[in-house]
Amino acid sequence: MTQKKFVEGVEVEKNKFRLAFSRKQLCIPYGLFLALFVVLPLLLIVFYSFTDKDGGISINNFVRFFSSGTTVTTVIISVLLALATTVICILLAYPVAYILARSNLNKGGTLLMLFIMPMWINFVLRAMAMKDLLTLSGIFGLNNYVNVIIGMVYDYLPFMILPLYTVLSKMDKSYIEASHDLGGNWFTTFTKVTLPLSMPGIASGVTMVFMPTMTCYVISDTFGNGLITIIGKLIDEQFTTYQNWNLGSAMALVLLVIMLVSMWVTGGFKSEDTRGTNL
Amino acid sequence: MKKFFQVLYIALILLFIYAPILTLVLYSFVDTPIVSIEQAFKIGFSFDLYIKLFNDAALMKIVWDTLILAVVVAILATILGTVGAIGMFYSKGKLGKGVAAASQIPVINAEIVTAVALVLLFSLVFEESRSYFTLIIGHLIITTPFVVLSIMPKLKQMDGNIYEAALDLGASPFGALVKVVIPEILPGILSGFMLAITLSLDDYIISAYTKPAEFHTISTYVYGAMAKSNANSSLPALRALSAIIFVVIILVVVINNIRTRKKEA
Amino acid sequence: MADKRKERIIEIENLCREFDDGVVAVDNISFYVRRGEFITFLGPSGCGKTTTLRMIAGFDKPTSGRILLNGEDISHLPPNKRPINTVFQRYALFPHLNVYDNIAFGLKLKKVKVTYQDKNGETIEKVEKLKKWEIAAKVEKALKMVDLEGFEKRSVSTLSGGQQQRVAIARAIVNEPKILLLDEPLGALDLKMRKDMQLELKEMHKKLGITFIYVTHDQEEALTMSDTIVVMKDGVIQQIGTPTDIYNEPKNSFVADFIGESNIFSGTIVGDKKVRFINHNFDCVDEFAINEKVDVVVRPEDVVLVDKGEGQVDGKIISSIFKGVHYEMVMLVGKTEIVIQDTVERKVGEQVSLVINPNDIHIMAKEFSSNKYDGYITKKNTVCFGDGEFECDVTQLYPGSILDEEGYLITAEGEKIDLTDVDVEVEVGLKDIEISDDQDIGGAIGNIVSMIYKGDHYQLIVRTDENEEDFVFDTEDTWNENDRVSVLIAKDKIKLKLKQEIKR
Repeated sequence: MTQKKFVEGVEVEKNKFRLAFSRKQLCIPYGLFLALFVVLPLLLIVFYSFTDKDGGISINNFVRFFSSGTTVTTVIISVLLALATTVICILLAYPVAYILARSNLNKGGTLLMLFIMPMWINFVLRAMAMKDLLTLSGIFGLNNYVNVIIGMVYDYLPFMILPLYTVLSKMDKSYIEASHDLGGNWFTTFTKVTLPLSMPGIASGVTMVFMPTMTCYVISDTFGNGLITIIGKLIDEQFTTYQNWNLGSAMALVLLVIMLVSMWVTGGFKSEDTRGTNL
Repeated sequence: MKKFFQVLYIALILLFIYAPILTLVLYSFVDTPIVSIEQAFKIGFSFDLYIKLFNDAALMKIVWDTLILAVVVAILATILGTVGAIGMFYSKGKLGKGVAAASQIPVINAEIVTAVALVLLFSLVFEESRSYFTLIIGHLIITTPFVVLSIMPKLKQMDGNIYEAALDLGASPFGALVKVVIPEILPGILSGFMLAITLSLDDYIISAYTKPAEFHTISTYVYGAMAKSNANSSLPALRALSAIIFVVIILVVVINNIRTRKKEA
Repeated sequence: MADKRKERIIEIENLCREFDDGVVAVDNISFYVRRGEFITFLGPSGCGKTTTLRMIAGFDKPTSGRILLNGEDISHLPPNKRPINTVFQRYALFPHLNVYDNIAFGLKLKKVKVTYQDKNGETIEKVEKLKKWEIAAKVEKALKMVDLEGFEKRSVSTLSGGQQQRVAIARAIVNEPKILLLDEPLGALDLKMRKDMQLELKEMHKKLGITFIYVTHDQEEALTMSDTIVVMKDGVIQQIGTPTDIYNEPKNSFVADFIGESNIFSGTIVGDKKVRFINHNFDCVDEFAINEKVDVVVRPEDVVLVDKGEGQVDGKIISSIFKGVHYEMVMLVGKTEIVIQDTVERKVGEQVSLVINPNDIHIMAKEFSSNKYDGYITKKNTVCFGDGEFECDVTQLYPGSILDEEGYLITAEGEKIDLTDVDVEVEVGLKDIEISDDQDIGGAIGNIVSMIYKGDHYQLIVRTDENEEDFVFDTEDTWNENDRVSVLIAKDKIKLKLKQEIKR
């Protein structure tokens, strides 16, 4: 029983301080959800990758993965494709973001909206549209790799524009003025001030483009005439076609490690850069 | 001169982005299995594909299923994410940090890894490893962290004292959250909800791995159709569907833009 | 006694607050607040004043100790159950509500007991929410109080800082709290607005007749508005008193320094109501034991300047700035700078003399725990201070450094430093000094001027001739006053600190 007293008309319940209740405990449901459906499955990946089909502990999966010429080639191709896509995206997106952030073309954000809008259309449908256009214009079928890169750049370009625009539009203009004031011309100002200051945007753009292009096999499947396999497809095949979950898990684990390393290198991820969050 | 190049460049990139979509819209009026200029002239423009689309019961069911799934997922993700974000924001200790770190995993992880990890779990735990329930769980994993991400900045921008001010004025802790904190972060909650809908509509890989065999989303259906078709061309009815989706999105965006502009004025 | 207790609305008993990271924000403080008074917590940032306020409001929970409201322990009562309202630092107005709804927020949550007469004439008691018209009337009254009639429908984001401030006050007082807490409420306003609001708050305090507990770091604000000031530093109360008391009779050098501008000197009591500082024996009014080390506080406006030779101490004006009402001048006496405020200007370079009235010399006991000197390093890497020269370990100035054969210091980073003539602060503990009759072996020579028995040991003071530097230390040996001795300090007991970073 809590003791009740009255202090000048105010009810005093002794030993009942409930301020701390509540707010912290609110993260428990979400925490449990994440533990159960995110952390636990990843632990299962680790478990499966270090066991064989009969449940015995082994590192055979990794040995198979790294010794097979096909898988290693696939990994190299995936990385090269992702690299090419990412670089092209940066080269195309940076001027767009720069112009949108700096000039008065983007009054009221309408122009930015035009660049972001395709993100809201289902990406498989977008891929289909691009494929149709390539077929129509006769480019499709010339080179599978070129097709895949065009498809990937098309799908992921907005994801590069958005973080770059965010960082460039928030950048204090007085840095640029200070650089000019100190004698910097357009080029040195860009290379010594603007570009270094926009690195966080480039970093999160890269995270949002590089990883998906390495793994999302929808584009490579549909644009590569079934001839281009990327690492995501390898994992998919182990789980669907060959039913070798242990090898598939090992591949997923390798990918997970690559991801963690690249996260560590690019220095993380800013929430405001996620797609559409700031619209 | 500088301005001219800027406009030119922007126009070229916009052309790159919109040419495929406009082609699709254009050919949604041409009932042909092969997208080509001769076909367009030979067959001519008509609403046939739209009629076919609306008469295709299976396809219409997929559209509705996808939309319903997205709305259900977005509602659940918004509730889970809002409560979680508030909890994480006020829990500065290990608990909050741990949840925040776990919440980042699905955001940065490759979708295929998330998907196969779920397959491992579901096949262990459930007799039926693919069901509508597992599909919803899968979609919640890829949407809820983004809801959290869109709410967090609003919580950080909030004047930390307003929760205490509400308590000070007699509100209970729960009352203070409902009356003061939630209204304050409402824009974040709404954009989180919208984001959850788009992400759910957009998803292919997670759906492919968690959905029941007979269930289809637009993504899985289109991918299946594209992979099967050898004609290097889309299913004609899907062009009509894409065109409709595109028009709906333009309308939503334009209306939204006008509304916010009116508010500002 | 019973009456006295009754007039205390808040009593704080041994209140402590230690944060999770081990920082002690409030360290065992006790005081009380009288009903209806305007009390101010004053102190620099991080002194614990806001934490104390937050504990009274209920946002923070004390680690130990009690908070009594009218004699009842409320330490564990949540804030929404306390008859106390707060005006927050940056107002914390609810941005999504307009002015009316902000002010009505507390009223809408309030439940009051209402008595009815039913058909049979029996009285029934019900707990009900306030009626709409009651709320409207109260809000209107509160808005009138803060001069914001007609602002009901305005969005709070369209208000100026001063108007937001008024809404915040109205939102708090409309609930008719017993106590109003104000956490640096004027901090975000400009100077002119702040001055106006100070007067208005004071006026409001009078009209409402409730207790105001105010937190500020602005001493002038505290002096203007408060009935009582509580000066805090490092979580500890330094002094409680009326503004006049605090200004005129600061209890220690911190309070003196924090409240108003002051000259603070290290002095020594040299006789009955006589204190020595800046090389002169001044008459004073406070009684202290002879030879006691004291802090002497003199307000700049209490120093009177006269022509050279006519005052107590001569010196030279080294700076003079016009401050509107007065000139603020700095006079150099020996190595000591003295700040003086006077309406008559003395030119820079002018030789002058000063006079200080005994009443204006405020003397405070000094917690004496170690000897501190200004010194410098010699060519031989010894240190000169206290009219003497001592062996010392100069490598302690740079962690990880060593001395090379030529006497240069090599830092841990491999830099070579010449320490000759570098100014240092020297500290020597009370237990680290020895004296000897042999006048050749010590670093400095002086006479024993004081020997006080402290229960199990003597505290001795050896004073040098030239600059009257004192060496204070504890010893178990007996000596005689006026013995001439030399002072010995072990090499490792001399603690050195650089006065400023050396230019490399």
